Amino acid sequence: MTMMENLENINPKLYKKVEDRQITAAEKDEDIVDAFDEREVFDIIRNINDPEHPLTLEELHVVEENLIKVNDAENTIDVKFTPTIPHCSMATIIGLTIRVQLLRALPPRFKVSVQITPGTHASEESLNKQLADKERVAAALENSHIVEVINQCVSDIKY
Amino acid sequence: MKSYITMGSLELIQTLSGHSGRVWNVCWHPKGTYLASCGEDAIIRIWKETNSDWITTMLLTQGHTRTIREIAWSPCGNYIASASFDATTSIWDGRSGVFECNATLEGHEYEVKSVSWSSNGQLLATCSRDKTVWIWEAKDNEYECASIINAHTHDVKKIRWHPNKDILASASYDNTVKIYEEYLLDSDWTCSHTLASHQSTVWSLSFDKTGERIVTVSEDKTVKIWQEYKAGNTIGISVTNNESVWKCVCTLSGYHTRAIYDVDWCKITGLIVTACGDNMIRIFKEDSDSHMHEPSFSMVCSMNNAHTQDVNSVQWNPTIAGQLASASDDGLVKIWLYNEQNA
Repeated sequence: MTMMENLENINPKLYKKVEDRQITAAEKDEDIVDAFDEREVFDIIRNINDPEHPLTLEELHVVEENLIKVNDAENTIDVKFTPTIPHCSMATIIGLTIRVQLLRALPPRFKVSVQITPGTHASEESLNKQLADKERVAAALENSHIVEVINQCVSDIKY
Repeated sequence: MKSYITMGSLELIQTLSGHSGRVWNVCWHPKGTYLASCGEDAIIRIWKETNSDWITTMLLTQGHTRTIREIAWSPCGNYIASASFDATTSIWDGRSGVFECNATLEGHEYEVKSVSWSSNGQLLATCSRDKTVWIWEAKDNEYECASIINAHTHDVKKIRWHPNKDILASASYDNTVKIYEEYLLDSDWTCSHTLASHQSTVWSLSFDKTGERIVTVSEDKTVKIWQEYKAGNTIGISVTNNESVWKCVCTLSGYHTRAIYDVDWCKITGLIVTACGDNMIRIFKEDSDSHMHEPSFSMVCSMNNAHTQDVNSVQWNPTIAGQLASASDDGLVKIWLYNEQNA
């Protein structure tokens, strides 16, 4: 994986960030079990940096809260992400980065699925298949160059 | 539900911990006395039952620099082959009582995903993300590549030899299973059949004891049974050039809720066990009134939360009926006993 010399998407559309989450008294209370919800998962991935722009995935509308589905009881989390352009060659690395960030932040009981928002990428089907293949994801995460790119995308994330 | 199905139960015998990170695979010694396991930590552990307690008797380290995806015990029980994401396959010689890595098979371009010994131990097959299947000849601890087969269009996930003939089967990310045979005329290995029916990655396969049937499992959440029809078969399945054909004769759908990562068809009991991404182990049995050309199977056992994460591997003990081992992303290996209940 090499970084592009020329930006693929020179002038991406920018979106406003959401307000910080208001923490309720119940959430501060350690004795109350609070299940993971969409907003919590969104907060984990919204500040991931785009691999080619000094912008977050939230600001580029690559990730959105309403494209996340969480079922805490059934241990499933489904995240859809929207590449900025339909031929984005960064889509695999973005999907992988979202996956890694969630794997690192969430308890291992969760089954995480990361997929392209339907109809937003030319190679949607093959990218989804790659991202769902845990063996190929595991092999990619043993590749030091890929891990370096991912770590750059998730560095200086503020929660 | 048919009334005569005898449901069984799966009893946990022991939980084996020791690996760090996910465990990808378990493999029984041909006599069923030892169990080998491997995974993300690039270490092979050999377990033995001592005073009804399974303990690690040997640790095989420094053979690989990355994840060990699969191990395979040779039919004589003297050797272990290990397939690694580091693109090599190592052969461990245990004849002295201690396993030592005495050969490293190189050539695959990317991760080696699976390794299998032929029934007489003279051939070894490996497959890789580089889309190829390699056949190696083993002679006096020397391994020579006899053939490189480029039949799949993607990542090859699993490779298994026929239980008593030199016939090979492979499962792939390209959704197909392929069968290979050596053509005596030019002594070259060729893909003789392509088994197409699964809708996504075929993760694993297993022959039954006759070698005339194969069970396959897939990312598409189904289990399929394939039957070989030889030339001159009595039910009129047409074959060309005197070669046999393989047909999908049964699909088990609606049982698994996520990808199925492994399957094993017991050579003693005929039971089929599956390892699933929904943390469950399921056991299937052929119905007593099952018809050869349209067989029917029933689920006789399903173990909820067999592990706390994906189950990656399951294998029946080759000598103790009903005993099986499983490996999971949760870092554990478990030994189980399937009991058929006499209601």
